[in-house]
Amino acid sequence: MPGSVQSLERAAAILQVVAGSGGTLGVTDIAAAVGLPKTTAHSLLRTLLGVRFVEQDREGRYALGPGLLRLGAGHLDVNELRSRASNWTDALASRSGHAVRLAILEREQVRVVHHVFRPDDSAQVLDVGSVLPADRTALGKVLLAFAPHRSVRGTVDARRADVAAVRARGWAAEDGGHEAGTAGLAAPVRGSTGLVVAALGISGPAESVLDRQHQPRPLLVSMVVESAQAISRELGWHG
Amino acid sequence: MADRVVLAVDQGTTSTRSIVFDRGGRLVSVRQREHRQFFPRPGWVEHDPMEIWANTQRTAAQALRDAASSAGEVVALGIANQRETTVVWERATGRPVTRAIVWQDTRTADLVARLSSRPDAAVVRERSGMDIAGYFAGPRLRWVLDHVPRARERAEAGELLFGTMETWLVWNLTGGPDGGVHVTDVTNASRTSLMDCRSCTWDPVLLDFFGIPAALLPEIRPSVGQLGTATALGSPIPITGTLGDQQAALFGQACFTPGEAKCTYGTGSFLLQNTGTELVRTRSGSISTVAYQLAGEPVHYALEGSVAVAGALVQWLRDGLGLIATAPEIETLARTVADNGGCYVVPAFSGLLAPHWRGEARGLVAGLTSYVTKGHLARAVLEATGWQTRDVVLAMAADSGLQLPSLRVDGGMTTNNLLMQFVADVLDTPVVRPMVGETVSLGAAYAAGLAVGLWADVEALRRNWHRSAQWSPVPRRAAQLAAEYPTWEKAVRLSIAWGAD
Ligand SMILES: Nc1ncnc2c1ncn2[C@@H]1O[C@H](COP(=O)(O)OP(=O)(O)OP(=O)(O)O)[C@@H](O)[C@H]1O
Ligand SMILES: [Mg+2]
Repeated sequence: MPGSVQSLERAAAILQVVAGSGGTLGVTDIAAAVGLPKTTAHSLLRTLLGVRFVEQDREGRYALGPGLLRLGAGHLDVNELRSRASNWTDALASRSGHAVRLAILEREQVRVVHHVFRPDDSAQVLDVGSVLPADRTALGKVLLAFAPHRSVRGTVDARRADVAAVRARGWAAEDGGHEAGTAGLAAPVRGSTGLVVAALGISGPAESVLDRQHQPRPLLVSMVVESAQAISRELGWHG
Repeated sequence: MADRVVLAVDQGTTSTRSIVFDRGGRLVSVRQREHRQFFPRPGWVEHDPMEIWANTQRTAAQALRDAASSAGEVVALGIANQRETTVVWERATGRPVTRAIVWQDTRTADLVARLSSRPDAAVVRERSGMDIAGYFAGPRLRWVLDHVPRARERAEAGELLFGTMETWLVWNLTGGPDGGVHVTDVTNASRTSLMDCRSCTWDPVLLDFFGIPAALLPEIRPSVGQLGTATALGSPIPITGTLGDQQAALFGQACFTPGEAKCTYGTGSFLLQNTGTELVRTRSGSISTVAYQLAGEPVHYALEGSVAVAGALVQWLRDGLGLIATAPEIETLARTVADNGGCYVVPAFSGLLAPHWRGEARGLVAGLTSYVTKGHLARAVLEATGWQTRDVVLAMAADSGLQLPSLRVDGGMTTNNLLMQFVADVLDTPVVRPMVGETVSLGAAYAAGLAVGLWADVEALRRNWHRSAQWSPVPRRAAQLAAEYPTWEKAVRLSIAWGAD
């Protein structure tokens, strides 16, 4: 096949062999079935393990992995996302002093999938499951800017400039667009393949999120960006 | 200036975590590694102590490395551990004589039945504060002495050492065969059935009853205080806090006042309520246990409602049935339906602990009709954890006479909003989660940091506690569940009857 990448072909063959076995296979059998030296098969399997396209049982035998099964389902389970992010969202709330939300893009809507209270013990209500305006929140701006489909990112010229700016900076801010007097900051969270799967953000009174020049406080920006990176690493992103 | 930080190790049933916390009680870095579970026979559960020791060193080194750029000096190490899991090893080599026997292991059932029928069996409750049960470490130690070749003879000669996981780790961290410190903390000692629950010393009468030579026992120490210096982690770190994991969670949740309680939802679920410096004698199915002790201060006690299977039932849905790929996905599956469809699951995999204490009970799925789908089953699995919480809350209220104004929760299952709302509704009580979900580690860090003066006193720790989420009961739903409770109780009775001969 002209122009084909050999290791991709081999990996595909390995997956077909494992899938065809209907159960688990050892590395020796896999290597024999695809006609490769054991060491080559082994290093391909290690890569496939890393992206969770295969998994190993207690005896070290291989089966199709959860990453592959989830490809069909299309996206990361939101409850799984919340669970994996939780340590870092907690730490961000207590360090920044602000409420934290994790949101995903669902049919062009921004849906909150995790919410950590502002750490001041005041009365607050969990808003997991609620929908936010995509173009008037920092969370929404990040999700739109990093959406894989052009149509979602928007075609209007003004919006395209915004999108480019958010993508270049790696974070977004919003001042009062959603709720008067409230400002927010958000950064992208990447899944194991590098696609942006969620946005992580803080929000609070404008005067504590922004400085006197109405610019986002740099310390808060770095906290949000670093926490989003920590969650991305937790999800298997090494970029 | 970089802050001083504490390293905590949470040596749990499924994994070992190392976490660095700063002075605000905030997580700086975390590393985790699972260890193998061995099931050599039905009812037997074992861990490899060498693997756990290796995982401890590895995760600790990684967490310290992750924190190195942002954090300052590591001033103390605290350890929390899976409780009642029993290790016996050679003093001279550090080699375990057998794999660790895990708290879920039921191999001592016959031994416990024999011991319970002895005419002098009442001394155990009288002196240890708890009835004889295979759940505690003492019978497991006896089993090792009876079954490992020459173990008793070698123990009497002083060649062997016994410990729960914190003892094993502290001994290794402080040099192992080369001058390792052989100590246990008072909370872990209180789970052996070998300790006098008032004086908090090994009780000669109990040692005699269980047939344990004193020579292999560690020294009992307060939970907060100097134990030795960890020399195995690069630069030396003082080890100054050790607690059983559930007591560590109580400490991490800042439950320092009598009446304050928390429930941790991990492999099992454990409700602990501080009862102050008085030991409460129980009648309704909760047990009395040591909560913590600061060096030079009196022991604080707690009531405990222990439930063996909570998250483990979710794992069974994942690994045993293959209905979900990861534990959190159970919420997605459960939300595909509106209710349990009449289905109830009693997860009595190895009997029922609190408040029933029926080792013979076995698990069951009740109420199956062709209407029931995997979604309903997922609901029933989550609800089982809620119903069991109600069981232990009622038992504890009867034993302590105190009502819970709200329930503080932590552990892996608390990221499950559907479950947490169910717990609030089934208890008709607000459920609150703190800013740090890893409260077991936080408690170990607090204990260690308190001993070296990183925090002045427990009041300083209390100020670190903040709410991260709250689930409030919905009155109509609470009333519905109150009416449904007898159905759950019936399912429990059936599971006990099923296992009885
Ligand atoms: N979102 C979720 N919904 C339901 N169950 C969950 C969820 N996330 C984790 N679990 C369950 O919680 C448990 C993990 O929680 P946690 O990490 O607190 O336990 P653990 O500390 O590993 O337990 P142990 O200390 O006994 O080793 C697992 O049994 C898992 O099945
Ligand atoms: Mg745990």
